[in-house]
Amino acid sequence: MMTLLRLVYEFFKAGLFSIGGGLATLPFLYEMSDHTGWFTHTDIADMIAVSESTPGAIGINMATYAGYKTSGILGGFCATVGLAMPSIIIILIVAHFLNKFRDSRYVARAFYGLRPASIAMISAAGISVVKITMFNLPAFETSHLITDLFSWKAWILGILIFIGEKKLKWHPIVFIAIAAAAGIVFHFAQ
Amino acid sequence: MKELWELFICFLRIGMVTFGGGYAMLPILVRDLDEKRHWCTTDELMDYFAIGQCTPGVITLNVSTFIGNKRKGIPGALVASLGFLTVPIIIILIIAAFLTNFADLPVVKDAFAGIRVCVCVLILQAVLRLWKKSVVDKKALGLYLVVLFLTVFSSVLPVSIPAAVLVIASGVFGILFGKENTLTQESGGEDE
Repeated sequence: MMTLLRLVYEFFKAGLFSIGGGLATLPFLYEMSDHTGWFTHTDIADMIAVSESTPGAIGINMATYAGYKTSGILGGFCATVGLAMPSIIIILIVAHFLNKFRDSRYVARAFYGLRPASIAMISAAGISVVKITMFNLPAFETSHLITDLFSWKAWILGILIFIGEKKLKWHPIVFIAIAAAAGIVFHFAQ
Repeated sequence: MKELWELFICFLRIGMVTFGGGYAMLPILVRDLDEKRHWCTTDELMDYFAIGQCTPGVITLNVSTFIGNKRKGIPGALVASLGFLTVPIIIILIIAAFLTNFADLPVVKDAFAGIRVCVCVLILQAVLRLWKKSVVDKKALGLYLVVLFLTVFSSVLPVSIPAAVLVIASGVFGILFGKENTLTQESGGEDE
């Protein structure tokens, strides 16, 4: 019981201070690893890899994993809820004030600035994914051949998906499944 | 009760496909929450994303809480958030219990290299879709470029500015120099 409470407490703290999404949790996870010994630094590195290959954010996944390792399935559940709780509470408070001040001129003006900033950050996230997915910088740096710079298979699939989404209007989940299948059939990881 | 169950199932489905740090989720959220269910407008989703940048937690979890709260108050917020967390929890429990080197399996690596391509396209679509409504004039374009530059080159610049600070500064910029007729309600539905 004490371990469960401690799990909730530790991950609540990590959740409270990791502002701006998944990777912001990392420094707190390293600290927690040193303090509690619930998981090692290698576990964290493994979990980054797992999080890149499963749905869900690194913080959430690490909480589930550490909770499971220390006290089984219930532990996994408690730690994850602990991590998510601050975010849920804060959003409830923000939602309350947002409704109250919806019609305020200042809120309207603030969003004039917030929206371009939000799009800029989404673009930046896009650029970092494109860099590792559509280009092969290590190969280019060794061979200096422009043909090595582009991951051709990825470009072909990307263009097909882009056109497919425009024309077919299928649900994005369908395209994620198609992309996974194409990745397996054409060995995208190499 | 039925509506709570609908919330749970809707966000359970969304939690199943949250790849790429949540940003790629925008087209999926627009599709499921605005166009299909009319639970919120695309503009509101953008506002939630902007707020999510400067509050703790995963952005898609924040959106779950917002929508759940909007539909059914605090119980709705809890049910939607729990729905969003369910699948990731189950997947990690299975991996932790049975698969020690899951991420090293060749088939897993290939599948996710493929999924990453789709994530690129989804993020591109999110940007294209939201561009017109958020970058409304030259001032907004300038702000976009500055924030983009500071975020992309944050690791190379001498001082890296935390995302939360950039978001708050952008809000202040809007209050000082912005226009007011950009708020959600007036603009109606998606023009597609």
